[in-house]
Amino acid sequence: MLDASPTQTTLLEVNNIEVLYNHVILALKGVSLDVPKGGITAILGGNGAGKSTTLKAISNLIHSERGEVTKGSILYEGRNVVGLDPADLVKSGVVQVMEGRHCFEHLTVEENLLTGAYTRTDGRGAVAAELDLVYEYFPRLKERRKSQAGYTSGGEQQMTAIGRALMSRPSMILLDEPSMGLAPQLVEQIFEIVSRLNREQGVTFLLAEQNTNVALRYAHTGFIMENGRIVMEGNAQELRENPDVKEFYLGMSDKGRKSFRDVRSYRRRKRWLA
Amino acid sequence: MPDTLLFALEASLNGLTAGVMYALVALGFVLIFKASGIFNFAQGVLALFAALTLVGFQSGQIPFSHLINAMLGTRLHHFGWNMPTVLAIPATVLVMIGLAILVERFILKHLVNQEPIILFMATIGLAYFLEGFGDIMWGAEVKALDVGLPKGMSSAVDEATFAWFGYGFYIDRLEIWAAGIAAVLVAVLTVFSQYTKQGRALRAVADDHQAALSVGISLRFIWVLTWSIAGIVALVAGIMWGSKSGVQFSLSLIALKALPVLILGGFTSIPGAIVGGLIIGVGEKLFDFFMNPIIGGATENWFAYMLALIFLLFRPQGLFGERIIERV
Repeated sequence: MLDASPTQTTLLEVNNIEVLYNHVILALKGVSLDVPKGGITAILGGNGAGKSTTLKAISNLIHSERGEVTKGSILYEGRNVVGLDPADLVKSGVVQVMEGRHCFEHLTVEENLLTGAYTRTDGRGAVAAELDLVYEYFPRLKERRKSQAGYTSGGEQQMTAIGRALMSRPSMILLDEPSMGLAPQLVEQIFEIVSRLNREQGVTFLLAEQNTNVALRYAHTGFIMENGRIVMEGNAQELRENPDVKEFYLGMSDKGRKSFRDVRSYRRRKRWLA
Repeated sequence: MPDTLLFALEASLNGLTAGVMYALVALGFVLIFKASGIFNFAQGVLALFAALTLVGFQSGQIPFSHLINAMLGTRLHHFGWNMPTVLAIPATVLVMIGLAILVERFILKHLVNQEPIILFMATIGLAYFLEGFGDIMWGAEVKALDVGLPKGMSSAVDEATFAWFGYGFYIDRLEIWAAGIAAVLVAVLTVFSQYTKQGRALRAVADDHQAALSVGISLRFIWVLTWSIAGIVALVAGIMWGSKSGVQFSLSLIALKALPVLILGGFTSIPGAIVGGLIIGVGEKLFDFFMNPIIGGATENWFAYMLALIFLLFRPQGLFGERIIERV
């Protein structure tokens, strides 16, 4: 069993990147973040804050959406990976689980998992062992292995997507919005498994999440994004106790829970972006 | 057995073999549709181009000779040797793979993640380009294609049916061969797509480009692979149709006959393409046989499309097509 806590070494370093879509739309305006090896790092923020774009910039999936990293660098294990083919990135150990699951609907659950091992060259035996491991973490998938992925439930699809990513035996998984459209109980279950994979398999996670509450309970460190910038960072404990985070993201204030209607937006702009 | 029934039986047998020829063309469509969600308008032209190239190689024709002659005033036409079929076919296969690489490089690469309709439009452009390019490269004359497949009436069938029914059926040997080759082709393709890693990747790409990219499948490689396979299937179709009725530019219109086949069988099913082809082949012949005396001829031209229309109304995904999965 591997060490549970994140180490001091940085696995991924994003330096001041800018992302343009279609040559005109500036989605990220200088984002920098460090992901420690062996940790769970969360990027938090509302819709359109740039969380997904950050993840896709790292995995270089933005290229197929006509996006482009125009400035800055992304270092994975010290190597610049900007513009690298997604397939090469998967081979070097970084794999993304996309927002909204994106299972191959007409393939069975097991076939979905096997496609995850596409880049592996270490033989059928190793892949079969990996498959067993995935089934161990997601016993539900073993029951549904012969079903077409398109007919499985949202939670099962999220599990399939994560399991598929695991099949490439990654050192790092970029997990985009794992809670999307899932019941609170299922969200908890997914995060529980993420946490176990991190502890037991030593997989580093960088996850984008809107559900600040859950994410900060499982993550070690967090970054908060707004409008294509990082506005705050710290370890999860600090962020949970920060009065601004409490007010804007967890819906709490000194006087206990607070209605979102009472949060006045000009105050937050002044306090954070001044 | 009454004569009418015998004639009908013969007509259906002929329909079956004709249907196989339709199915061969439809197969190429299904392959590309499955892998990239593109309805490849250029499939018929691809078959034409493959057949032209094969004949060109066989007869030792100099490519672009008309163009060179027009520009330089030379009188080039043939190299003066004939390439044996066993060499000409692999050479044509190489050309089709080269074409697949070019299509990926100049068209598909720039259209990743675009709407299917945009890709479809691109294939229309490709179809027109290839038709003209084939013309410039190999000339526009009608050419005979002979790869050594037997032709003419099958005497075995004739004798056997004569012994049973006292009436010999006329079945073209070429069409029997076509059926055999189609069966082998389908078997190979099915095994490939269901049981191999690349086949699985191919189906994955068909479902979701982005997700395929995210697990490290190289879209570019998969597309070259599918277009190469489609090119080879086009070559087989081109050989069959070319041997039957000569290599000429109207060959590209066989794609139109493949459309109703696809609507019947479903755009995503390889067995569907075969069964669809057979149904249309037999339906066409039988309908003609029974209705001709009543409504007077030329039903073969429209029967397939009418059948397709009925299918579109009642079973738009075809007989074997993947149901469009929509979870609410």
